[in-house]
Amino acid sequence: MDNFATLLSFGPEGWGDDIAWGVLVTVSLSLATLPIGLAAGFAVALAKRSKERPLRLAGNIYTTIFRGLPELLTLFLVYYGAQIGIQQVVTFFSPDARIEINSFLAGMVALGVVLSSYASEVFLSAFRAIPHGQYEGGYALGLRRSATMRLVIMPQLFRIALPALTNLWLNLIKDTALVSVIGLADILRQVGIAARVTKQAFLFYGVACALYLVLAILSSILLSGIERSVARRAPA
Amino acid sequence: MSVASETVERPAPPPRGWPTARIVGTALLALWAALGLGLLVYLVSAWNPELFSRYAPYYLSGLITTVELVAVSIVIGAVLSIPIAFGRMSSKRRFAWPAYAFVYFFRGTPLLAQTFLIYYGFGSFRPELQAAGLWWFFREAWYCAIFAFSLNTAAYQAEILRGALESVGRGQWEAGKALGLSKWLIFRKIILPQAMLVALRPYGNEIILMIKGSAIVAIITVYDLMGETRRAYSRTFDFQTYLWAALIYLAIVEFLRNIIDFIERRLTRHLKR
Repeated sequence: MDNFATLLSFGPEGWGDDIAWGVLVTVSLSLATLPIGLAAGFAVALAKRSKERPLRLAGNIYTTIFRGLPELLTLFLVYYGAQIGIQQVVTFFSPDARIEINSFLAGMVALGVVLSSYASEVFLSAFRAIPHGQYEGGYALGLRRSATMRLVIMPQLFRIALPALTNLWLNLIKDTALVSVIGLADILRQVGIAARVTKQAFLFYGVACALYLVLAILSSILLSGIERSVARRAPA
Repeated sequence: MSVASETVERPAPPPRGWPTARIVGTALLALWAALGLGLLVYLVSAWNPELFSRYAPYYLSGLITTVELVAVSIVIGAVLSIPIAFGRMSSKRRFAWPAYAFVYFFRGTPLLAQTFLIYYGFGSFRPELQAAGLWWFFREAWYCAIFAFSLNTAAYQAEILRGALESVGRGQWEAGKALGLSKWLIFRKIILPQAMLVALRPYGNEIILMIKGSAIVAIITVYDLMGETRRAYSRTFDFQTYLWAALIYLAIVEFLRNIIDFIERRLTRHLKR
C-alpha cells in the first residue's frame, strides 16, 4: 500500500505530476475542441435545413461521411493526410524542409469534425422543436432574419439542445483518449508510460479509468447545474 | 374546397435567380464532387496491381475479424445486459446499486482505457491468473478485446433495454393483470413486443458504434480491418491504404444504417397514420 502511495505521489519518484499533466492535456484538448465543433455543427445544421437543395445535400454528405468513419480512422486520416499534403506543398517550395504536424492540432481538427457532425443532428432536431410562429413573431416585430435567429431562436435552441449536447461533451472527453495513439501526452499515454516503467499496469490503468470517471462526474454536476438554471429562466 | 382555396394564401414563390444560399450550396457541392473525383482519380492513378494482390486478402481477413469481434461481443453483451437492466430497475438497493455502478463505469470511461486495463492491467496478476488457470485467456489480445467489448456493450445495451421497457406505460401491465394473465405472459406477449419496437433504433445505433469502436483493437495488436490497414501502411507508406479502409468502413456503416431503416419502417408500418 505504501508502495502505491509513493508511485502516485507528486515528486521525483512518483508519477502524480506526469499524470496531472496528462489530465491537463485531456481537459484542454476537450475544451479547445468544443467551441469549433459546436460552431461547425451549427453551420452544418443551418445548411441541412436550408431551402436550397444543393446546400442540404452538401451538409448531408458531410454528416454521412464523418458519422460513418471510425473516430480513430478520422484521426489517422487527418494526422497522416495533413502531414503528407503539407509536406508536398512545402517540398515544392523548399525541398529540404521537413514538416511535423502538431498532434494536439490534428486531434483538435479530427475530434472537432466528428463532434460537429453529431452536433449538427442535435441542432437540427432542436430546430424542428421550435414552432414556426417564433420566426413570424420576430419578423412581425421588425427584426431582421439574423436578429431573429440570434435573439429569438438561438436562446430557445440551446435550451432544447442542452441535454443532448451534454451527452456529446461526455463522448468528446472519452474520444480524446484516442489522441494518445498519435503521441499526444494525455492521461492514457502518461499512464501507459508509467505502467511500462513500473510494471504496475493494473494500478495505473485503473487510475486512468478513475480519472476519466471523475471528469465525467464533474461535467455532469456542472452541466446539470447549468441545465437547471436555464430551465428556471425558461417561460413556463 | 372552394372556401379553402380562397382563404388560404398561396405560398410565396420560390426565389428565382441565385440567392447567396444557392451559390454557397452549389459551391460546397462542387467541392464535394471535386473531392470525390479527386479521390477516384488518385485511387485509379495510384492503382498498383502488386499492392492490391498482396494486401487485398489481408484486408478481407481483417474485415472478417472485425465482423466476428463485433458479432460475438454484441451477442455476449446482449445476454449480460438482461440481468443488468433488471438490476437497474429493481427496487432493492442491493441489486440496483451494483448494476448502476457497472453501467456508470463502462459508460463513463473510454473503451480504449477499458481495453488497456484488461489487456495490460490483468497482466499484473499473471501468477494469480496462472494459478487459477485463466492465464491462457488474458494472454491473448483477441480474448481480451472480446471481454472488454462485451462488458462495454453490455452496459450500453442494458440502458437501451431499461429505457425501452420503461417506455411502455403502466397501464399495459394493469390491463394484462385485469385479464388475469400471469406476470411472465404479460411481459412476453404485451410488454416485450412494444419495448422492442422502441429499442430497435438504439440497438442498431449500438451495432454501428461497436463497428466504429472496434477499430481501436488494432492498438492492442489484433489484426482487424484497422490493424491490417496500419500494417499495410507501415510497410508501404502508401496513403491509399487508409483511404481504402475509410471506404470499406463507410460502406459497412451505410449498409447497416439502411437495413435498420428498412426494418424499422417495415415493423412500424401499423403505426403510420
